[in-house]
Amino acid sequence: MIDVINLKKTYGKLDVLKGITTSIKQGEKIAIIGPSGSGKSTFLRCLNLMEEPTSGSIIFGGQDITDRKVDINVHRRQMGMVFQHFNLFNNKTVLENIMLAPVYLGLRDLRGLKWRNRFIQLRNLFRREKQPLHPIQKSKAQIKTEARETALRLLKRIGLEDKANVYPSTLSGGQKQRIAIVRALAMNPKVMLFDEPTSALDPEMVGEVLDLIKQLADEGMTMVIVTHEMGFAREVATRVLFMNEGNILEDDAPERIFTNPKHPRTQEFLSKVL
Amino acid sequence: MGNFDKKLEKFWEIFIEHGGYVKVLTGLQNTIYIAVAGLAIGILIGTLIAIIRVSPKSSKLLKVLNSLCGFYVGLFRGTPIVVQLLVAYYVMLPVIGVNIPALQVCVIVFGLNSAAYVSEIMRSGILSVDPGQMEAGRALGLNYRVTMLKVVVPQAVKNIVPTLGNEFISLIKETSVVSFVGAADLYVAFNYIGSNSYEFMVPYLVMAIIYIALVAIAALIIRQLERSLRKSDRRH
Repeated sequence: MIDVINLKKTYGKLDVLKGITTSIKQGEKIAIIGPSGSGKSTFLRCLNLMEEPTSGSIIFGGQDITDRKVDINVHRRQMGMVFQHFNLFNNKTVLENIMLAPVYLGLRDLRGLKWRNRFIQLRNLFRREKQPLHPIQKSKAQIKTEARETALRLLKRIGLEDKANVYPSTLSGGQKQRIAIVRALAMNPKVMLFDEPTSALDPEMVGEVLDLIKQLADEGMTMVIVTHEMGFAREVATRVLFMNEGNILEDDAPERIFTNPKHPRTQEFLSKVL
Repeated sequence: MGNFDKKLEKFWEIFIEHGGYVKVLTGLQNTIYIAVAGLAIGILIGTLIAIIRVSPKSSKLLKVLNSLCGFYVGLFRGTPIVVQLLVAYYVMLPVIGVNIPALQVCVIVFGLNSAAYVSEIMRSGILSVDPGQMEAGRALGLNYRVTMLKVVVPQAVKNIVPTLGNEFISLIKETSVVSFVGAADLYVAFNYIGSNSYEFMVPYLVMAIIYIALVAIAALIIRQLERSLRKSDRRH
């Protein structure tokens, strides 16, 4: 699903990623662990080009998305991202947070389609063989109500439907993060990227967020998670990548990495955190 | 203070009987006009400059525009407004060879001047919004422009309003220099009264009071605006 080929990222003289090659297959749940400064987050943020790689390729949906000619926004819609600090839009209610992107993009696509139809109609006036118009499946109102229904359904799923019309500043960290997750889900992404989703949470709120992520995993969502929650990584991940100093040192099934790590650096790291 | 009574009487005489109040009203009108129109122009151009200066310098064009805007801001912040007025009226206009009334020149110069300050206010307002807000919008597949417009700028405006209010107040006060190019403002009106009564104490005192009243009204409006912005927020 995502193929990463020789990905490098440097900030000035600092090599953060030193040539990473790996591939992420449909349905895989990949946990990325490693000491801080090892490039885990940078690697994750390169996957949807939140950081622009210095060199290398990322193939997603058959296209190299590091190519400047590719419209990255189209691909980002299919890659949900969840941040350490939630990043809910402070000026929008919970419902507006979830609906903003689907409604805006839906309406824009609709406008584009209508314009293209107008051109076809215009050109059809001069053509003997009339070209068919693009079918318009949803009206403006339908797009909005559908987005609303999706948002409310997702909120119900996480038990926060009563918070639909409040602003993020009134919510707890755990609630914010769960809403950030369903905001990403509202776009129907093919893969979810989690950047230390529980690191900024109070300990008692970590559970509710991890539970939600685990549910998604059980439903078959492809996901990449940068995490410090080793227990969670071990339980949910199908593959664990251990990163150190910009390289993937170990890439294996969780039971093998956690019980029998091959690399001495992995052993050292795990002995400290477990 | 018997002396003061006489002075007051003299002032009153010129103010009412010799049509001084007409001059004062015209001056007041011009002062408000220059400040409001100047701020409007300033916000328009200033926002444009701010957006250019905070956007990522991804293309050559943006880089050039950015340094041009930097030069503009440096130019208008680096010279006193009196100098800008004089240069505009006595240098630029004759060189270009057009004839614009002094009042209009004042509006334009005050607008261009406040654009430099407003752009800096807007820029710091936009930069003070958590970068995570932009990242979240981009990660959802919204482009830079849309995220800026729907998420970042609305939050920046809330930070900006009080500082913008300050800019408005200082504009009101700075208009007192427009007589340098012959525009009729409050100073011109009270100076007229003073020179006709050979007595300047009362006219200038009244002028000061009018400025204070103007600024107080402006401050009140700004406070109301802030409050309504906070209300629409519904944050607790």
